Order: sequence, then structure tokens, then C-alpha cells
Amino acid sequence: MTHRTIKPAPNIVQGTPLDAKALKRGKIFLNSYAPALRYTWDTGEAMGRYLAELKNGRLIARSCRKCERVMIPPRMFCERCFRPTDDWVYVKATGTVNTFSLCYVSWDVRRLKQPEIPAVIEIDGASPGMGILHLVRKVAPKDVRIGMRVAAVWKPPAQRTGSITDIAYWMPINRRSQRTVSAK
Amino acid sequence: MTKFMRRALETPKELAWLAAKAALDSAEMKLDQIDGAVLGSAPDAFDGMHMKGEYLADGCGGWRKPYLRCYVGGGTGVYAVAQGWFQVASGLFDTALVVCEEKMSTCQPHPQAAFISIFDPFTEQPLKPNLLWIFALEQNRYMQTHHITLEEIARVSVKNKRNALGHPSAQLGAEITVKDVLASEVMAWPVHRLMVSPTSDGAAAVVLAAGDVARRLTSKPVWIQGVGWCLDTAYWTNRDLYYPEYVEKAAWMAYRMAGVKEPRREINIAEPYDPFAYKELHHLEGLQLAPKGQAPKLLADGVFDRDGDLPVTPSGGLLGVGNPIAAAGTMKICELFWQLRGEAGRRQVPGKPERGVAQAWGDLMQVGTVVVVGTSEPKH
Repeated sequence: MTHRTIKPAPNIVQGTPLDAKALKRGKIFLNSYAPALRYTWDTGEAMGRYLAELKNGRLIARSCRKCERVMIPPRMFCERCFRPTDDWVYVKATGTVNTFSLCYVSWDVRRLKQPEIPAVIEIDGASPGMGILHLVRKVAPKDVRIGMRVAAVWKPPAQRTGSITDIAYWMPINRRSQRTVSAK
Repeated sequence: MTKFMRRALETPKELAWLAAKAALDSAEMKLDQIDGAVLGSAPDAFDGMHMKGEYLADGCGGWRKPYLRCYVGGGTGVYAVAQGWFQVASGLFDTALVVCEEKMSTCQPHPQAAFISIFDPFTEQPLKPNLLWIFALEQNRYMQTHHITLEEIARVSVKNKRNALGHPSAQLGAEITVKDVLASEVMAWPVHRLMVSPTSDGAAAVVLAAGDVARRLTSKPVWIQGVGWCLDTAYWTNRDLYYPEYVEKAAWMAYRMAGVKEPRREINIAEPYDPFAYKELHHLEGLQLAPKGQAPKLLADGVFDRDGDLPVTPSGGLLGVGNPIAAAGTMKICELFWQLRGEAGRRQVPGKPERGVAQAWGDLMQVGTVVVVGTSEPKH
């Protein structure tokens, strides 16, 4: 048997990088397409109730009697026990910042002067570690902390549409005060 | 593999072809010696080409062959190699060609906007999230849990971009300092610009063969000793992000298959997924190559340098070579192939490594894919 040496990397690397200059020279032909696609998602049972309760200014979870978890966002089946969940459980519109970021880039890659503060917020009344994604405001970016207590600030009822954005944002609360706050 | 670049002249199909042909040439094989072909590629939204698996088939050598596309988010590039391995290890085929391709530059002005549709349409999309959010949230949780500093995280960028200087495909090889990383723009605190891999165009490919076929092709085959993968729930806000349990499960699946009982002793070289700097450390812990929270210290001690006890990402990784999503994972397998054969040139790690692990990750902090390769034939 002869030993055949497989050629090392430098000999097999190909590809033609383009840069702004090459494109400007106009020698490269391009074609563009902007898709006009629209999607409408049906909510299903659990999400439908969740959104309806958001419109009412309340957070609701689902519990599984087998693993004894209170889950938010709510779901009709428990992914661990692989059985139907059992009960609707109202949980509080207060919670604890599990983690956060100060984000200076929008979803479509525009720069932001004032950062958005996305956070995972562990919800009071749900099982430990059960968080939802939302935004924190009304706090100086340098003052946000993991472990910070926050409360939901709801849009006025007339402006609610049955959406996660019916909670306008979350803001810090005094450790002793557990009451929720309404947006003006 | 092709160069990894911000924007390539070549079409996705041409990139796939360049990588596939290079893999066949290096094995001195023709397409008619290939029994089946596997493609790995990320969401269609980047290419704006629906059914891109079918479109890319020709470039992957899939013409009139059993061919399929597989996809597990960012974990695809390592998983695709496992997918090819199933076909050969099952005895169905003698040979398989695995090609991973990504062309992200097609999506204008920036492929980031295509990521919004990975988020839940009810609970997350209305908040207008971007991909930086989830990495920043995870990095912050990881740092807070173990009291890790930004300097410790920044060292990953310094090491990987330096390692990439020796890689002929590299898009962002550079000699930088921890200070440069920390002085770079804050994208989403605690993530700084130089802690983020670029968007890239590129492709990478490998040829897999049954043992007896491989021995006829070369006296130095590199063996796939174990494969593993695992998905956690998409309810990512219900999990503690400080530790990737799904990576641990995937790693043990692969280690068990490979007969590895003590990963820190038995793995000589590691290519963990490093789309963001902290991710390399996070994944090394998931891969059982560092105790929880200790990867930053081992990095600072030089353990993960190219000439350290456990060279990590000698390729230069996604931070240095680039991140054409699926192709980046396969690039890591290619690196192990060259390293284990002693053919990595300027990037060669000393000490004749005998076994390596490659890992990729993806979706909503959710997927771990792992392949263990080595110089000795596995017993299974």
C-alpha cells in the first residue's frame, strides 16, 4: 500500500472575494428581489388565552400536576412529561431580572443612541426560573442589575390589542412594594 | 473548503461545487466513486432561495444520487458530518460526500434582519428582538454566575483571530490585544464588536468512506469515533442560560461511542463553536473540557493556546476564519482532519494529536452537535 498524501489546505482554497470597489466598477451584474410575504399565525389554545389575558391586564400560566411546574408562556402540553397540562394559573405581573443586555443595535441593524434593555424576567408565581423575554425601561442603563425587581407597566386598556406589547415595558420596583403599575 | 469572505462573486451553487471538488481532489476521487451526498445549509431566508437544498444539489455532487439536506440551525455544520456518517456506518453506502454551504451576503442590507423569524411570533417577535440579544443575555448570565470578567472573555477573540492568521481561508485573522477588544464598540452589552464573528460567504466539504475503502484511499485515514447531538426546548427563557446542558448531553453521547471516559485526558485538540467569544468558553465547559466556570482561567493560563496542553480552535474559528453558518461547523471538522494528519502547516499543533472533538451550536440557545475524530479505528 502506498501512502497518498492528501494535499494540504493552501492548494485547495478557492473563491473570489468581492469588495465595494469591484461592485462600483459596474462589471458585476446583480439581480434583486424584495419578497412581499405576509404571514398570519393562529394562536392555538394556550397562546390565545395568554393574549386575551394580556388584554385584560393579567398574566396567566399553565401548570402540570405531574412535574408540578407552573409554566409561562403557557402551553397545552408539558414538554417534559409529554402529557396535557392541567390548570390555568394566574401569576403576578412582577418579577426578577434573570439576565439583561443593553443593546445599541435595532432588529434591522440600525444604531441606537439610547440602548434598548431586553431582559429575561422570572415571573412571580411561576416556577423558579420560568422567565419571559421583555424590555426594561425607566432606569439608567448603568443601574440595571441581575436580580433587580421589576413590575409590568401596562398600556391603557383602550390601547391593548391582545399582544405581548400590551405590557408597554417593565420598570424597577421598590423591594417592599409588590404592586403593579399602570402606564399614564 | 473555499475562502470565507464577506461577499463572494460565486453563487451558492458554485461555492458548494468549489468545496466539493476540492474535497474529492484531495482524496483523489471522482464523483462516480461517491454513493450519496449530504448538504448542510442554514435558513433559506439568507439566500432568498426557497428549496435551496434542491437548488444546491448539483454543486454538492448530488446529481442523480441519494441526496438530502439536513438542518439544525447553527449546529448544522457538525451535524451534517454525523448525517453522512449514518449513511456509511449503517452499511448503506461505501462513501458519502458532505458539503456545507452558506451565502449570507445575498440578504441586504444585512442578514441580521432575516433572523427575526427565528423568534416566537407571539411572545418575542413583537418586541423586535435581534440575534445579539440572546447572545448578550446568555453572556451576561454566564459572567454573573461565575464572576467572569470582560477581559477574560476578550482573550478568546485575541487567541482565535491570531490563530486565523495561519489559515488560508481566513476572513478576519488579526493580531489584536485584549485592550483592542474592550475598546471596540459595544453592540449589546456585554458583547463588544470584536467578540462577534462576521457574516460570511463560503463552503466546506469532507469525503467519508467505510473503513476498508478508506484504507485503500490512504494509509492515514482519520476516523469518526463518535457522534452526538441534542436539542433543548425552544422555551429558552425558561432555562438557566449559564450552562449548555444540551451540549453536555451531545458530548457524552459522542464520547461514549468513542470510548472516551475522561475527556480532559483523552481529547488532544478541540474545535468548539465560537460565534461569540464567550461561546467558546461556555462550550468547553459543556464539552466537559473545563469545569463549570473554569474555562476562562484555563485560557488565561495558556492551556488553550496552540502549544498549550489542550489546543482549542487552532483553526482560528468563527471569530477568525469567518462564519458562513453551516460551512463554519464543517471547517472545524476539516481542521481536525488536517491537524490529526499533521498537515495543518503553520497552524499545526505540536505533539502528534490523536483525538479531537468538534462542536457546533444553534437555534435559540438550543442545539448541540458533536463529532469526535481520531487516528485510530473505533471499536464499535
